[in-house]
Amino acid sequence: MRLEYTEKQKRFRAEIRAWLAAHVPKKPLKSFDTEEGFEQHRAWEAKLHEGRWSMVTWPQELGGRGCDLIEWLIFEEEYWAAGAPLRVNQNGIFLLGPTLMEFGTEAQKKKFLPRMASGADIWAQGWSEPNAGSDMAAIRARATRVGDHYVLSGQKIWTTRAVWADWLFGLFRSDPNSQRHHGLSFLLVPLKSKGITIRPIKQLNGLTGFAEVFFDDVKVPAENLVGEEGQGWHIAMATAGFERGLMLRSPARFQKTARDLVALYQRHRERADRDPAIRDAVLKSWMGAEAYALATYRTACRLARGGQIGAEASTNKIFWSELDVLMHETAMRILGPRAELMPDAPEAGDADRWLDGFLFSLAGPIYAGTNEIQKNIIAERMLGLPRA
Amino acid sequence: MDFTFDESQLAFRDAVRKFLLVEAAPEYLREIWETERGRSDSLRARLADQGLTAISVPEAYGGIGGDDLDWVLIQQELGYFAIPDSLTASAYLAPWLLTQLADEGLKREWLPNIVKGHARIALGHPINPLVADARNAGLLLLAHQDEVHALTPTQVRLHPNPSIDQSRRLCKVEWTPSAATRVCEAARGARLWAGVIDRAGLAIAAQLLGLAQRMLDLGVDHAAQRKQFGKPIGAFQAVKHHLAEVAVAIEFAEPVVHRAAYALARGEAHASIHVSHARLAAGEAAWLAARKSLQVHGAMGYTWEADLQMFMKRAWALDATWGDRAFHKTRIAECLLAEGAALGPGQTFDPGAPRTVEPQRRLAHA
Repeated sequence: MRLEYTEKQKRFRAEIRAWLAAHVPKKPLKSFDTEEGFEQHRAWEAKLHEGRWSMVTWPQELGGRGCDLIEWLIFEEEYWAAGAPLRVNQNGIFLLGPTLMEFGTEAQKKKFLPRMASGADIWAQGWSEPNAGSDMAAIRARATRVGDHYVLSGQKIWTTRAVWADWLFGLFRSDPNSQRHHGLSFLLVPLKSKGITIRPIKQLNGLTGFAEVFFDDVKVPAENLVGEEGQGWHIAMATAGFERGLMLRSPARFQKTARDLVALYQRHRERADRDPAIRDAVLKSWMGAEAYALATYRTACRLARGGQIGAEASTNKIFWSELDVLMHETAMRILGPRAELMPDAPEAGDADRWLDGFLFSLAGPIYAGTNEIQKNIIAERMLGLPRA
Repeated sequence: MDFTFDESQLAFRDAVRKFLLVEAAPEYLREIWETERGRSDSLRARLADQGLTAISVPEAYGGIGGDDLDWVLIQQELGYFAIPDSLTASAYLAPWLLTQLADEGLKREWLPNIVKGHARIALGHPINPLVADARNAGLLLLAHQDEVHALTPTQVRLHPNPSIDQSRRLCKVEWTPSAATRVCEAARGARLWAGVIDRAGLAIAAQLLGLAQRMLDLGVDHAAQRKQFGKPIGAFQAVKHHLAEVAVAIEFAEPVVHRAAYALARGEAHASIHVSHARLAAGEAAWLAARKSLQVHGAMGYTWEADLQMFMKRAWALDATWGDRAFHKTRIAECLLAEGAALGPGQTFDPGAPRTVEPQRRLAHA
């Protein structure tokens, strides 16, 4: 065990820190769940790409830096510490990117990865359907092979940022006689295709962060199939592994929130200390964020030694999502009667983005596989309990 | 950056685990619980054969001169198997403390005996109202206003206090400090006792992790075997989720405990904070494991007959010794809420600035 960074790692940290200090927008960007904010974030992705910082773990030839997981963690620490913008293309970066590298053809990699890295293509994820949420194997949207293309019909829902995104990756039933997780295929679909209707869904915060997507005989070239026809479930499970695994939510994000929470508590200590439970929750928040960081470093070091990420990915997802709710609930309690104020309310003061963060934190235990599903996975695959 | 244990540490842990699996079955522990002394010299001799009593003793005195990182995995195993022995006090805390003392005679008398497994040593500090294993001890190292005193059994009067955990043998110790018993003055003693509290804290945190894992395993075993409504109760989501929550708590407490071991071994300035974090995280995991495993066991869990009780009781008892939750939370708050505290992304492995809070002030919260 050696818990010190190498000289190379220290130099890497210094390099990204300097770049961020020079480039992070002084004024926060608008929410990427607005049209204007979305384009601002796309432009930021292009800026990151220029500095070769958009996909640090990708290989050099794809515009990345070939970073290992420890360097990725360092990058994330500096990124969040600098208050840099959220990543509008995270579905591409963290989910589809690694999936294409593992399952895509050379042509697909060449066509999609560079544009993903530069933010030229922003990706949405098309998995959930009205009757296929936690029960993803109940997918009904169809892909019918006709000559050299597929014809898509059906509906997807809760598709994050579909309103402004360029492409969608999703699962479609390519074998009409198949059941459950058999006969599904993983397809890449341009959202500007003829026959696609996108209906925005207003979220809890009033913005249209996700949408319903309707497919009415949409033609997609067969070359947009990832892997083999009918292999979609297997590929999607690998994607879900990336999502729940290390990269979707880096610890730095929560360490930044914990730091902000401690500062918020310090500023409002007189008020906050009237309720002793608040101080306890602040301590717990900091401890939780540190524990998550330590667990992630441990996993990264284990993977570097040739280990594999298994069902403990499900423990990650539960841990960070519950921690995020705790931190934001605590902030709401510290802010007390001002917590309800919108950021532009004259009396909002430092209530800032806590309200929006609170609302978003409540989605955490639901998206990327509900925490109930994760607990089933832990019980069955980690603890070996019998399936229902 | 390498947050993994080396092969020899893992191999040692595996060997100890294998040994305890055979030698420390719950039936055997129950037998020891029932004895008057609550300790088995033959178990101690076999623990010594495994090398456990040599870890902390310097090579010059016949030991292997290991550090806190060498102990932490072993302590997890001692917790998992709920070993009823004063091994932590006798073979981890006492040799560390003795080694720091100037009294060469005391070292020569006790350190080689610790390695052989013959020495039982008790440590008394006001952070604990009672002294564990005082009755079996050949040497008592006691605190008096931060001084360290070394006493023989004839110099103390003991008043036993039974615990719900029958493996714990607690005594109120009556004694009179004198110049003859004093082996270290207060200024240095304060630092040494702080070191003892941190090492005891690490040992307890690691044992609590082991106990939590054992209680989880017992719950899983029961849930897989016990059938109701025509299937194993572990097939029901409500039961699955109880146990999955314990697995999550353990998963995120363990790296904190290992971080604390590293901080202590390297003498990092913030080591105490890591120890307190480890104590709180492991304590929470253990209490949760006890509660959930008991629930999954149903009425069986409420019996003396089910093994679960031994591990639950050990966890509840240990969690409040060498600093209760309030003590550890206070230490973390003092660090976290201090002016200019280093926190946020990128600080996780920062060894911290030299400590500014006097140990005595911290102990005042105990």
